[in-house]
Amino acid sequence: MLLTIRSLTKTFPGTKALDGVDFELAAGEVHALLGENGAGKSTLIKCLTGAFVRDAGVIMLEGEKISPSSTSEAQELGIGTVYQEVNLLTNLTVAQNLTFGNEPLRFGMVDRRAQLRQAEKMLEGYKLDIDVSRDLSTYSVAIRQIIAIARAVALSGKVLILDEPTASLDAREVETLFAVVRDLRDKGLGIVFVSHFLDQVFDLTDRVTVLRNGQNVITERTADLDRVQLIEHMLGHALKDDVVGHAKTHKAGGEWPELLKFDGFGRRGHIDPFDLSVGEGEVLGLAGLLGSGRTESAELMFGLAAAQNGAARDANGVLDLSSPRKAIAAGFGFAPEERKEDGIIADLSVPENIALAMQARRGWARPIPRAEQLRLAEAYIEKLDIRTSGPEQPVGDLSGGNQQKVVLARWLAMNPRFLILDEPTRGIDVGAHAEILRLIKQVTAEGMSILIISSELDELIAVADRVIVVRDRRHVAELTGSEITTDTIVRAIAAPDRDMTEVLA
Amino acid sequence: MNPRLYPLAATIAIFLLAWVICVTQFPYMLSTRVAGNLLTDNAYLGIVAVGMTVVILSGGIDLSVGSVIAFSGVFIAVMLRDTGLHPISVFAVLLVITTGFGAAMGWLIHSLAMPPFIVTLAGMFLARGVAYMLTIDSVPIDHAFYDLLDDAYYLMPGKGRLTLIGVLMLITVFFGIIVAHRTRFGASVFALGGGEATARLMGVKVGRTTILIYAFSGLMAGLSGIVFSVYTSSGYPLATVGTELTAIAAVVIGGTLLTGGAGFVFGTLIGVLTMGLIQTYIVFDGSLSSWWTKIIIGLLLLAFILLQKGLLRVTTARVAV
Repeated sequence: MLLTIRSLTKTFPGTKALDGVDFELAAGEVHALLGENGAGKSTLIKCLTGAFVRDAGVIMLEGEKISPSSTSEAQELGIGTVYQEVNLLTNLTVAQNLTFGNEPLRFGMVDRRAQLRQAEKMLEGYKLDIDVSRDLSTYSVAIRQIIAIARAVALSGKVLILDEPTASLDAREVETLFAVVRDLRDKGLGIVFVSHFLDQVFDLTDRVTVLRNGQNVITERTADLDRVQLIEHMLGHALKDDVVGHAKTHKAGGEWPELLKFDGFGRRGHIDPFDLSVGEGEVLGLAGLLGSGRTESAELMFGLAAAQNGAARDANGVLDLSSPRKAIAAGFGFAPEERKEDGIIADLSVPENIALAMQARRGWARPIPRAEQLRLAEAYIEKLDIRTSGPEQPVGDLSGGNQQKVVLARWLAMNPRFLILDEPTRGIDVGAHAEILRLIKQVTAEGMSILIISSELDELIAVADRVIVVRDRRHVAELTGSEITTDTIVRAIAAPDRDMTEVLA
Repeated sequence: MNPRLYPLAATIAIFLLAWVICVTQFPYMLSTRVAGNLLTDNAYLGIVAVGMTVVILSGGIDLSVGSVIAFSGVFIAVMLRDTGLHPISVFAVLLVITTGFGAAMGWLIHSLAMPPFIVTLAGMFLARGVAYMLTIDSVPIDHAFYDLLDDAYYLMPGKGRLTLIGVLMLITVFFGIIVAHRTRFGASVFALGGGEATARLMGVKVGRTTILIYAFSGLMAGLSGIVFSVYTSSGYPLATVGTELTAIAAVVIGGTLLTGGAGFVFGTLIGVLTMGLIQTYIVFDGSLSSWWTKIIIGLLLLAFILLQKGLLRVTTARVAV
């Protein structure tokens, strides 16, 4: 084995990002590393490239134990990485980028001509016909990606990690890139391929390892798997009945008075135009893989990205959802996926975080009195059972579940009619998980409509009245009532063609 | 043409245009005397601007240089007055002090992850304060070696004087060009300006480079202080207040991106000379007030910032397609 990882463990405050993960990479193979957000892929890669230091476990490269502590050390050991956001400098020329740190010197100065020759030599065999003396910024992302690979291979040459390399490439560019990758594989490199595009995984890779919640799910030859199995492994069935409660007794469709209607709502590059009606008190689920267009749908509805087509209506006519501010004015709320970055203000206290959206609506000229903030906070701390050492505690010190409850409290205090929850239970413990699901049921019983995006199928099945399946940036299926089962959702996600009738039949 | 060269081309074009305008109004401005004086009068600014260019290319800023120049002048004057040291030894000690001072600021910027603006602002007050501590008066420099330096010039055809300090400035610019554009250190400077996270991933030793950058700026400020002391034959703690800002203006007018990562040391020379030319024009005119210099420099700065924003938009738009 070229690279062997045994029981790798990495813990962050509050979460175990990697829990005894094993991974093997042979020379001359392309090995896919798959998993949803938070599964541990990027932590694993960062432990390999020296960005993180592991807590426990062994990494062996060609039989030698290694512990890289920086990217350059990993590079010297032979592990090169190419990220989605190309790690090259656009303000330098192609040649400068390729030879950076190893510039040919003459009398202590960089020898420009030798530098160009060296760069051209490094690009040999990559079938690129480019002028290496030009700025990197003049070339497309696909070409930059190949240049980054050429640099990584020249510097490291044993293990190449490709972290979502195709995320911003079109189909033809992906083919070019894959030709390069196959070529390198045939030359004996071990390649780790991280992607959420399953077609590409089947197209390119020899083996697949799936991680989920920081643990191995499977390692299998790609040829021995089909899409449905793979997706089942990725989304899993980890939740037990006692956590999510029993599956919802699904009402038949059309029982809710219509609250909102989106007609042909879409934006190029985000999500194809979709039609969606939201009933009063209804829980809508949005299922799909990472990058399928789940979050993009939500962002469009909340005005984070303006819709280019279509319109949203309620009983009183067309709604202006061109900015979050206007969406809030229309009675919308949005608890984003990246709770730490986009959801909470870590240094502010619980009452300040809860009052945030309400203050924004009132405008800065009319501050919410402190007493009012405290009263509000105390009410929600009790109602949602937020565990704090006191209302003055900064939100950043709370556990993930309690942070999520603070975000929920912020929106509940606004009493929105339509609340969008993007992965509301990610990275929070089992108890808090169940409480949040219970809370969703409670507020919808009071008439609030909720759209919940989740990678946990069991969670969707437990709370959703209707599930929209998203794939390749399209809403491809709508499941109601008894149709909502793990099986139908997985098949709808996996279906390679547009025609969903077969799945539902 | 490489879009990276546009700001430099614009700088040179503006300089030539300005000179043509000057010459059509005052034909004598074409003389070697004016050219010689332009170099001599702006020698200290040109030298310190070379250091500033490297700092700005890395995405940083150094506000301490004006105070360091004043400190240098006072230090030299006081040492020559109070000790029997030869000026050359004093220069050597001074350059070690200012380089070390710059290195210390670089170390703080890196190790405390502090914005360069804050650290060098503190350095600015510190250096000015130390200059006051040495003396609060203007101290004249009276030394045979200084007379020698003052009289060292080459008489160009047309009676223009190419002075030692003017030549020193040109040599410094040449040295700066080599350092910034032809060494691995220079490549690291550009890399830092392009993005620190990426630079780190590409193997730039960020700490070492940051310290060297500010040490280089300190060295240039010390050298500029020496030149300024030769130019004025004195040391005065209130001298060169705001020179750091003039140097920044020269760097930006010279076509260097204020956010770092793109620019040319040669452009900075042109920037310095353009500003000097405006001043010369106002002297020639005689009726204009000197604040016109500031107004025109302000407008030029604004024009260059807009030009670079526009360029940035053009290049990113093209790549997005």
